[in-house]
Amino acid sequence: MAEEVELSNKQKKEIAKWFFLNAPAGEIQYVAKDLKAVLNDDEVYDEAASESFPVYNKSHMICLQMPARSGDVLVTPFGELDENEYLDPRTAQVAIVDHVKQACTEVRPASDEELPSPYTEEFRSALDSEIVKYVGEAYPKGVCSVYCTKGKDAEGPGFDFELVVVICAARLSPQNFCNGSWRSIWTIEFQDEAQILELKGKLQVGAHYFEEGNVQLDAKHECRDTTLFQSPDDCAISIAHIIRHHETEYLSSLEASYSNLPDNTFKDLRRKLPVTRTLFPWHNTSQFSLTREISKELGIGK
Amino acid sequence: MEAAMGLMRRMPPKHSETALSALLSLLPHHSADLLSQVDQPLQVLCDVDSGKEFILCEYNRDADSYRSPWSNKYHPPLEDAPYPSPELRKLEIEANDVFSIYRDQYYEGGISSVYMWEDENEGFVACFLIKKDGSKTGQGRRGYLEEGAWDAIHVIEVGPEEEGTAHYCLTSTVMLSLTTDDESSGTFSLSGSIRRQMNADLSVEEGHLCNMGKMIEEMEGKLRNSLDQVYFGKTKEMVCTLRPPSEVIMKLPDC
Repeated sequence: MAEEVELSNKQKKEIAKWFFLNAPAGEIQYVAKDLKAVLNDDEVYDEAASESFPVYNKSHMICLQMPARSGDVLVTPFGELDENEYLDPRTAQVAIVDHVKQACTEVRPASDEELPSPYTEEFRSALDSEIVKYVGEAYPKGVCSVYCTKGKDAEGPGFDFELVVVICAARLSPQNFCNGSWRSIWTIEFQDEAQILELKGKLQVGAHYFEEGNVQLDAKHECRDTTLFQSPDDCAISIAHIIRHHETEYLSSLEASYSNLPDNTFKDLRRKLPVTRTLFPWHNTSQFSLTREISKELGIGK
Repeated sequence: MEAAMGLMRRMPPKHSETALSALLSLLPHHSADLLSQVDQPLQVLCDVDSGKEFILCEYNRDADSYRSPWSNKYHPPLEDAPYPSPELRKLEIEANDVFSIYRDQYYEGGISSVYMWEDENEGFVACFLIKKDGSKTGQGRRGYLEEGAWDAIHVIEVGPEEEGTAHYCLTSTVMLSLTTDDESSGTFSLSGSIRRQMNADLSVEEGHLCNMGKMIEEMEGKLRNSLDQVYFGKTKEMVCTLRPPSEVIMKLPDC
């Protein structure tokens, strides 16, 4: 092999971060354990972990239980107040999070500045109830949250603002060698002047099956839609309806992709049977050399 | 080593090359173990004599040179490099010819190479390799795939002949990745690798090549089938657990 150059700690840390961030849904703690053994250097490991976990937790939008039965909180970039503080808009609480342990250690009530104005809150909470209803019906283990990400101080009509709907569903069953997650992020721009709502959805689905092998699904989709600016309740109903519609369609397209595999997609890699539709004639390969001789003589070889 | 293999089992298979080189740089003293235990996507070189492409692997490598099965020459040239015996080379030539036809019938394209060498137990080892780019810019005839790669490695140990039979031990690995991309459904990407073993005692009456070929054909069929049915099936099951499709029928008319 190539000459063994001793890596600097910085290079080691960068490599460690790559492994952390490529961990499939729900598997970062397993990756962490192996990585610790491979690195064999606690200082480098701790630094890499403390830099990677927050990024991983936010991008996977992990769900943590808040202490004292105050419900669940999603760790997302939209609710991030501070690196370790995440707003739960539904309960108006702030969760203090230990990223590396992936636990919520404390909660405190959110201050007024951290919460949206009563005007935007009316839209937010109406949408939240509709989304909770939808997620409860569509995702057996779904968690959702609605954040006000722009214009949270809008005091009334005449201002633009933006809400973000996050839906997360993860299923971890390492005992069955299978983990997976569904993540949707819907950004809804409330455009006051045009009196329309613009929706942008980003859906991401991943699955990992690793019994005697390693197979991973990674699917992403983006979509957009618009609807009319109406009362908070009507906005909520029509947004939830649009989201349901797009997500249902997306699931069907995923199923279609799967059903196209055996006969279409996979066939471009390897056929189930040869073009001749019979097993290869291994017992009679001399015919090939014969054919080859003939084609050579006739000058038609490839 | 165990931890390193644990990591390889979790990293996305389509990034296995990056993962392996990262591990090699973290664990330089384990490089030999890593290289022999971790399968990585196959590389290709062009034989300067025949103009045909051949596949590179640990089994046709000596120092930094690789032996082509077509011309039997090392690329780049290498002095005192090992070669199979003339007798085994004869079988190797035949195997390469026949395996190319097999490959064409199943893969409708792709590249294949077969390498053989004597082992210490009076038998020999053969390695059958196939690489196929099934993307629409590659050799995907149907044009479904934005990206599509299939790499198969079959290593078969053939024991010495005893009373007309020989023992065959086949270890096969398939690595694949496929991505479809269209506006209505976004990008859909599956990637994976699996490895299986198969043992058989077979009469050598019809020749080693016939026996090895049949075993490989059966194994490839099994691997393809379990990737398709079991492995992809499990990821689909997972998607449907996350968001069960029955909702489509039950809940839609509520607008």
